[in-house]
Amino acid sequence: MTTHTGPHPTRRLILQGAVSVALIGLGNLPFAPVRAAANDKYPEAAFKLKNEADAIKALYGRTAEPSDKIKLDAPEIAENGGVVPISVATTLDKVTSISFFVAENPNALAASYTFPDGTIPAVANRLKMAKTSNMTAIVESDGKLYSATKEVKVTVGGCGG
Amino acid sequence: MASSIRVRATSNGDITEVQTLIQHPMDTGLVKDAKGELIPAHYIQALKFACNGKDVFVANWGTAISKDPYVKFSFKGAKKGDDLKISWTDNKGGSDETTAKIA
Repeated sequence: MTTHTGPHPTRRLILQGAVSVALIGLGNLPFAPVRAAANDKYPEAAFKLKNEADAIKALYGRTAEPSDKIKLDAPEIAENGGVVPISVATTLDKVTSISFFVAENPNALAASYTFPDGTIPAVANRLKMAKTSNMTAIVESDGKLYSATKEVKVTVGGCGG
Repeated sequence: MASSIRVRATSNGDITEVQTLIQHPMDTGLVKDAKGELIPAHYIQALKFACNGKDVFVANWGTAISKDPYVKFSFKGAKKGDDLKISWTDNKGGSDETTAKIA
């Protein structure tokens, strides 16, 4: 490979290959520091895991402790598992990311949001749920992990079943 | 073609609130179509918001995000009239971007 500092698509293709791990290890390629600075690579592996604990570990490399400073807003009962509105807000300081997990979904990790300096640590979105499940929000604050969990019942057919 | 992204960004003094709706099927790869064939996974993986050349919010999504995704967040440091650039990429290499003025 030459010292080609092409546009993003090229760089991403190179980085995606398994070979890239070894290449970055050498640390003398011109583009390596640029990508290392931006912690925005899509966490493909974490999104593929079935188990919630595994997914948290894959994404953050450690476990979370429950916190009452996280406000997780989700409906008690969702009549349509395809569109469940979920929002989270926290009074924790120095929040760098917030992630949503649905324990009983085929893949536990639903979404992971990055909060640069100046962005309010709160987000609202809509998730799909396969069935009644615990919904967990993980907040990364000052390098530590905190969590809040709530059960959301999914009624299929809207008759309380 | 009309943009797949609809944005409302409103400034309230120091804080800008952003609401976004994106048109996207967000197929999980687990659902079958009318003929009983599996619909391949097709979903947005990364969604980025940048204002004044700085990322203000980055979302990494899996298949559990609802069809035609909605997301809402707020950030500081922008004022009315600033440009907010929104871009997404999906797992099939599709992408779209748009720029909204903060109102």
